[in-house]
Amino acid sequence: MKDITPFLLTLLSKPGLSGYEQSVSEIIAEEWHPLVDELTISPLRSLHGLRKAASKKKRPTVMIAAHMDAIGLMVKSVEHGLLSITTIGGIDPRVLPGQLVTVHGKIDLPGLVQLIPDRLINNQTSSKAPEKSQLFVDTGFTEKELDGLVKPGDVISFAQPPFELTGGYIAGHSLDNRASVAALTLCLEEIKNYNLDCNVVAAATVQEEVFAVGAATSTFSVRPDLAFAVDVTFAKGPGSNDYRTFPLGEGPAIGLGANNHPALTKKMTSLAEALDIPYFIEAMPTSSGTDGMAMQISANGIPTQVIGMSLRYMHTSVEMTSLKDIARTGRLLAQFITDLNPDSYKSMFEEKSS
Amino acid sequence: MSPQTKSTFKVGKAQLDLLEELTNANGVSGNEIDIREIIRKKVAPYADEIKVDGMGNLLVVKHAKKPNAIKVMLDAHMDEVGFMIVEEDGDGLYEFEQVGGGDERQFVSKPVCVGSQKLPGVIGSKPIHLATDDEMHSVISQQSMRIDLGPAGKGKAKRGDYAAYATKFIRSGDAIFAKALDNRLGCATLIELLRTAPDHIELLTAFTVQEEIGLRGAMVAAYDFYPQLAIAVDSTPAFDFERPDGNENTQYNCKLGGGPAIYIADRGTLSDPRLIRFLTRIAEENKINFQYRQPGGGGTDSGALHVTRGGIPSVSVSVPGRYAHTAVMVARISDWQDTLTLLQNALAAVTPEILSGDRA
Repeated sequence: MKDITPFLLTLLSKPGLSGYEQSVSEIIAEEWHPLVDELTISPLRSLHGLRKAASKKKRPTVMIAAHMDAIGLMVKSVEHGLLSITTIGGIDPRVLPGQLVTVHGKIDLPGLVQLIPDRLINNQTSSKAPEKSQLFVDTGFTEKELDGLVKPGDVISFAQPPFELTGGYIAGHSLDNRASVAALTLCLEEIKNYNLDCNVVAAATVQEEVFAVGAATSTFSVRPDLAFAVDVTFAKGPGSNDYRTFPLGEGPAIGLGANNHPALTKKMTSLAEALDIPYFIEAMPTSSGTDGMAMQISANGIPTQVIGMSLRYMHTSVEMTSLKDIARTGRLLAQFITDLNPDSYKSMFEEKSS
Repeated sequence: MSPQTKSTFKVGKAQLDLLEELTNANGVSGNEIDIREIIRKKVAPYADEIKVDGMGNLLVVKHAKKPNAIKVMLDAHMDEVGFMIVEEDGDGLYEFEQVGGGDERQFVSKPVCVGSQKLPGVIGSKPIHLATDDEMHSVISQQSMRIDLGPAGKGKAKRGDYAAYATKFIRSGDAIFAKALDNRLGCATLIELLRTAPDHIELLTAFTVQEEIGLRGAMVAAYDFYPQLAIAVDSTPAFDFERPDGNENTQYNCKLGGGPAIYIADRGTLSDPRLIRFLTRIAEENKINFQYRQPGGGGTDSGALHVTRGGIPSVSVSVPGRYAHTAVMVARISDWQDTLTLLQNALAAVTPEILSGDRA
């Protein structure tokens, strides 16, 4: 299997905040171009790569979707040479002090998120948990130097460079969810030389971190017969050990619960067993918290399955996941696709009476 | 004495490359070897004597070309704040303790570099999705954090391994972003001053260890050199921000862009007034941008230098820097340049007579 690491490191070095995905979309389009028959861009700028079935006759269409957007920050105001900020997507303010960022103003400027020193806050005798209102971005520029370069609404992305850890693990910002984009890419590579008996649409969707906007609109346009939402889930780690968490690097998590179509859940677990790929069942009692929620209720309802790799420190700049789990996820999807044909599609969704 | 003509120190590519190399390298207090080796190589062409003492201080001498020259000591600590691995917790996770003073609110979501093998790791935190409301309003305690080398890092680090932030140097216009500018700015300053040292002084430079945990290197280095005067070159925090309540910030300590900060008084030292007057005169005569650091807490190696043996007249000069003791500091190249200019002119002008009068 192709080494996906260089591509993933490139993805993790791009900003691509929710609503501003172009920088990362371009990289994905370049990578997918040789792997698909058609590349299109949706009105909200999701990227769709179509692999057509070999036959011209009607064949089922499967959509494999992963959001490509990243959480980040936005400039609220420029005051005395410092930038006050708000967040795009869910960010714990406590992880922000000391974060290197890039301010996308008139030019890209390096910056640093920091806290107002305790000594300048009235009556503050002990250190309190950082709150958004106490945080600012320092570009190292003076008020005069900054004049005209940055304005409210400019986006700010994490600039912590990604890196590999010992033994097949990787760390960086926006592994949520570019690890899944890498899994989709591996899947496309794997099926490249197959004549398919189904159509495949790989979608790199926009704005998941805000309202699953891209997944909803892409699913509506593509109108697949079934869909996979590929996204990261929680790995076991410091402070994270309950049923929602999974051992890092020991197999993808396959969602189970209302957001997932039972026939797809069953199919994926049996595929994993047949391929000897380790996996975990992720109990999703109500919803998955992924693009799968929007995809399932698109148009007149789409059978959907959530699948993905576990990841430590989600929504920090040092998210960590396993390259092996990315490969396993891609492999499972590829096997599902190469197995899919009109008959297998039909039998998968036949209601069993017993 | 004839008036000095101003010589302006230019910080160019060579100086910035030097600072980059020094800040990207790791030297947590007690483990300064990598920094010492870089400096040893850099100073070799300019030094007459180089030795490493029993504490690990690097002592570099450049002799005067005249007899009975004044013995001037320059001091800069090599060490930086960081962490030590104290216990393995399984699954590539390690408990750690701080080395040197740090604010635990600054630790999470940072890459770190562990041990002599330079293993890449991170300090992460519980995802926001899993954090309760109560947790969101509480400081994440250092006790709950782990240094994480990834599951394959199991057994790779050992108790006692040092860990440092893995920040890489960035330049943006006149601004610099880097870790350990406290005090690689001082180290780079001393290297440059060795290179450009005047002939009439016996220049004794000490690159010291363990400043961040109690000025331990400086006291023995000063004992060894026993100079007539000493200058500690360091980086001091700039808290030069607007107050959230809108009142005037009267506790800024020093300001970025204000030039070298001359210490008058801190927790450990009352700087020698003769040296403060001397440096002030040099700055004013040469029109060098400078500031007095606000008297108050904090401290530098001066605290150890001035009480060594029978006493050594001492002063500190610091390059202002924001966010000391965190993963990323911010400083201004122009401040460093002004610091180099002030100290270079001071060395050129220094004579025993500046110490002939009374302190006050």
